[in-house]
Amino acid sequence: MRRDAIFIGIEVDQGALDEHSELPAHLTQVCPVDIYRETEGALEIVAENIDECVLCGLCLDTEHLGVAVGAVKVIKLYDDCAVLGAE
Amino acid sequence: MRFFEYEAREIVKRSGIPVTDFGFTTDAAEARTIAERIGGSTVIKSQVLTGGRMKAGGVKFADTPEEAQAHAADILELEINGQMPRGVLVDPKADVKQEYYAGVVWDGTAKKPVILFSDMGGIDIEDVAREHPAHVGRVHLSNILPLSDYQAKECIAQTGVTGKALQRLTPIVRKLAQLFVDNDMVLAEINPLAEMHDGSFIALDAHMDMESEARGRHKQLLKDLGVGDDETRMAREPTEFELAGEAVDNASHRGVAGNVTEFDGNIGLVIGAGGGSLTLFDAVRAHGGKPANYCEIGGNPSVEKACGLAKLVLQKPGVDKIAVMMSIVSNTRVDIVARGVIKACLELDMDPAEKIAIFRIPGAWEEEGFKILEKYGIEYADRSVSMHEAARRAVAKIAGPEAVTT
Repeated sequence: MRRDAIFIGIEVDQGALDEHSELPAHLTQVCPVDIYRETEGALEIVAENIDECVLCGLCLDTEHLGVAVGAVKVIKLYDDCAVLGAE
Repeated sequence: MRFFEYEAREIVKRSGIPVTDFGFTTDAAEARTIAERIGGSTVIKSQVLTGGRMKAGGVKFADTPEEAQAHAADILELEINGQMPRGVLVDPKADVKQEYYAGVVWDGTAKKPVILFSDMGGIDIEDVAREHPAHVGRVHLSNILPLSDYQAKECIAQTGVTGKALQRLTPIVRKLAQLFVDNDMVLAEINPLAEMHDGSFIALDAHMDMESEARGRHKQLLKDLGVGDDETRMAREPTEFELAGEAVDNASHRGVAGNVTEFDGNIGLVIGAGGGSLTLFDAVRAHGGKPANYCEIGGNPSVEKACGLAKLVLQKPGVDKIAVMMSIVSNTRVDIVARGVIKACLELDMDPAEKIAIFRIPGAWEEEGFKILEKYGIEYADRSVSMHEAARRAVAKIAGPEAVTT
């Protein structure tokens, strides 16, 4: 699943979402600018909030859920699509 | 925050300065009752927050209560400079021997209050200062030390007033200064301060202007005077542009992007951070630029909020480009503001590189911000470029190099 705004793109691996039902709630809880929304167990990426991303990286920290590193990507569209945390 | 004359006089009265036995009313019949109570000739004065009342017919003299009622009825229907009166003030017509002026204002250059006194009252103090400078006394007050009678006396004496008049005026001027300090005023003025034929002094008119930010410290006074929380009491009503700026700021709790004031220039400003707005606004003017607006942005607003402010300024008639500038170094994130102003351009179908004359916000996350600005080809400056130099570049780019005066 991927959504792009003007400056930021968000990508969440569908396989990780299928495998880890708690991932949508976790992302919803940690994001300070409400980019993620859990609706009936499913994840929604809120398009109008994507450019509000403050690059905090909290949504990337999913290892404690057993989710593989890289399942969630924050992409800086203004920086040759550099992936946050992978520079 | 300005007060009507009847409120200002009440504040003067509370401070212990003698005032006339005036009355305020919104009803012509009651004006007659007040005039009957006063006895003798009266003055009926429109209560509006604007000057030019006399010329507009908002001040009339009455010899009888019936005449006072008739004048009040006329004045209550009279619009002055676009304002309908709050009511009328009914005042005894005073038999004055001499008119004086006493005022305390905030001196922004000295950063302390200054007492002004003149033995030529009843006219604008600015005119007296220009045409008869020897008739204006000035004494600055300390922001820390308590007030003393000698400061008032020194100021009055500068105009040549001596003897009993000096002795009687001193406590009045000192009380006015105390009133200024106690009530967080930016202006406290009695004009005229009248000397009666028996040698007594009385305040015949007063103007008060309180620092708006201090309203919270004077809730009881404002309640007593009947000033509503929703009354801004500014020098003029906010424009549609300014109200739209307020709406942008109120749309989200994050940071500040508002406090917009409209001007008629052509340089759109998105400025702020820790006093930076005032400095940058002054810098633009010092270089010969004509700002289209003042505003304040800072405290980490959301992208949407920065975008909203930039869109508002970009769409203002007469604005060709905007200058995005902030203080020396700011904790407001550079990348977030950059996203906001660029988004504004894109949503308005404008080229950010063409519409943003200069972007000078050094501080938090500036490397990330500069990457965004580079991608969109926007001229930006880091902290090695002073605020004044950034303002100069903005003026040169927007108004043309020939417009730069320094």
